[in-house]
Amino acid sequence: MKSGSRLERVLEAGHFAFTGELGPPQGANVEHVRKKAGYLKGIVDAVNITDNQTAVVRMSSWGAGLIALQEGLEPNYQMVCRDRNRIAMQSDILGAYAHGIRNMLCLSGDHMQFGNHPLTKGVFDIDSIQLIAMVKKMRDEKKFLNGDEIDGAPQIFIGAAENPFAEPFEWRVHRLAKKVEAGADFIQTQCIYDMKLFREWIRQANDIGLTEKVHILAGITPLKSGGMARYMAKNVSGIIIPDEIIDRIVQAKKPAEEGIKFCVEQIEELKEMKGVHGIHLMAIEWEHRVPEIAERAKLLPRPEV
Amino acid sequence: MIVAERKPLDEIKEMIKGYRKILNVGCGGCTSICFTGGQREVNQLIESLKPALQEEGIALQLDGFTIERQCNGDFYLELDEIMDQYDAFLSMACGAGVQFLADRYPQKPVFPALNTIFVGVDRDLGWFEENCRTCRECIIGDTAGICPLTRCAKSLFNGPCGGTSRDGKCEVSKDTPCAWYEIFKRLKDQNRIENILKVRPAREWRNQTRGTMVHEDYQKRYMR
Repeated sequence: MKSGSRLERVLEAGHFAFTGELGPPQGANVEHVRKKAGYLKGIVDAVNITDNQTAVVRMSSWGAGLIALQEGLEPNYQMVCRDRNRIAMQSDILGAYAHGIRNMLCLSGDHMQFGNHPLTKGVFDIDSIQLIAMVKKMRDEKKFLNGDEIDGAPQIFIGAAENPFAEPFEWRVHRLAKKVEAGADFIQTQCIYDMKLFREWIRQANDIGLTEKVHILAGITPLKSGGMARYMAKNVSGIIIPDEIIDRIVQAKKPAEEGIKFCVEQIEELKEMKGVHGIHLMAIEWEHRVPEIAERAKLLPRPEV
Repeated sequence: MIVAERKPLDEIKEMIKGYRKILNVGCGGCTSICFTGGQREVNQLIESLKPALQEEGIALQLDGFTIERQCNGDFYLELDEIMDQYDAFLSMACGAGVQFLADRYPQKPVFPALNTIFVGVDRDLGWFEENCRTCRECIIGDTAGICPLTRCAKSLFNGPCGGTSRDGKCEVSKDTPCAWYEIFKRLKDQNRIENILKVRPAREWRNQTRGTMVHEDYQKRYMR
């Protein structure tokens, strides 16, 4: 075991993993975090705590992650390269690990321009792949990026994101390979709506043996309304929602219910797909619907590991 | 070339407020080439400032003088002779030139009339684009002659992020090509994508302290 985290144990035992997501509040509202965590406890194997997502200032991901931990929920600590240099990153990793955080997701981060401090200085001292390599070095070689010895190395289960749906498509599997080479233990993908394109990407990953080296968790975001489907398809770069899916949600009598139904169908399909080792459910501000989705997609009860 | 643009008139007026005899110093180098700080622009700025200042009842002597390059002392000899006639200088050089002028006449207040924007190229007549961040460790031999530090909004070194649009544009702007999309396309056409398949390790930032460079041929001359 690299970290001994629940997520690692579930995946290493060959179970189909299930992770969720929790967006920290724009403030120090502890109850907000506890309430969201309450919906997910016992339902997911680990919960991603987002790091100032969309570049909007929120409670820090390690801070909210510690609250999740107190609530009995295993955090997956997201860290972006946008806001800190290598000194701050390594320091935060040590601090988070010291308090019991065992999983990390290494990301580039949404650009500052999309957030609420659009003219801040973007750091990007290292990129997400270099971050993966740095965490691996800290864990396996017990050394900081500069080669100095670490007194108490952090044993972290290392995650990375991958988006099969952004151009250049041909490059995407190579990027996955680079993340695996850098040291990623698991991957959580961008939300999938175009199943055909996803199948093609996972086929390429299977063909070059990547799915045997890394655990891939397929990303799913339930569509809450026709407006949300249209908005995401039009405005979020790197997300593809085929027209027939938009139509299905838009034309439904109860769009939210249809969104959940579609999401459950997707999970059923992904469970059978070679190379997919779990689901990462990003129910944005819909944490309270996760238990129902998990139940209907037959992801419960979670295995004892 | 260094590309600069003129500051708003109000900002310039505010800086020179309180000075009566001002020399606006142009530069015949980069800022002249990008149509912001040459002789013509020096005169234009004076023309724009004079009436505005007169309206506010400020009697002012505002002259113009353009030297070949503000970043080299050899071109300052004529200026040395007239500088005493002025209380303050406006400079229409890049940030480097303004500082050189300020260092040359440390007893005189010097104000920048321009904002220096980037090291760039002419995309077309009067249309400039940034291409270099002067990082001191050029890697574009591996990236098809395209600098990801400068041209990728997140300065990524290991390929595109997940935000590249279907038509190969950056998520930050529909008008900005994704640098890594372009790099991949060009390397593929050249059969060189293996260049970017290996993980490029964290780089060492060598531009975090002020740079000094003595050309190899002159090292003996300046050796202490």
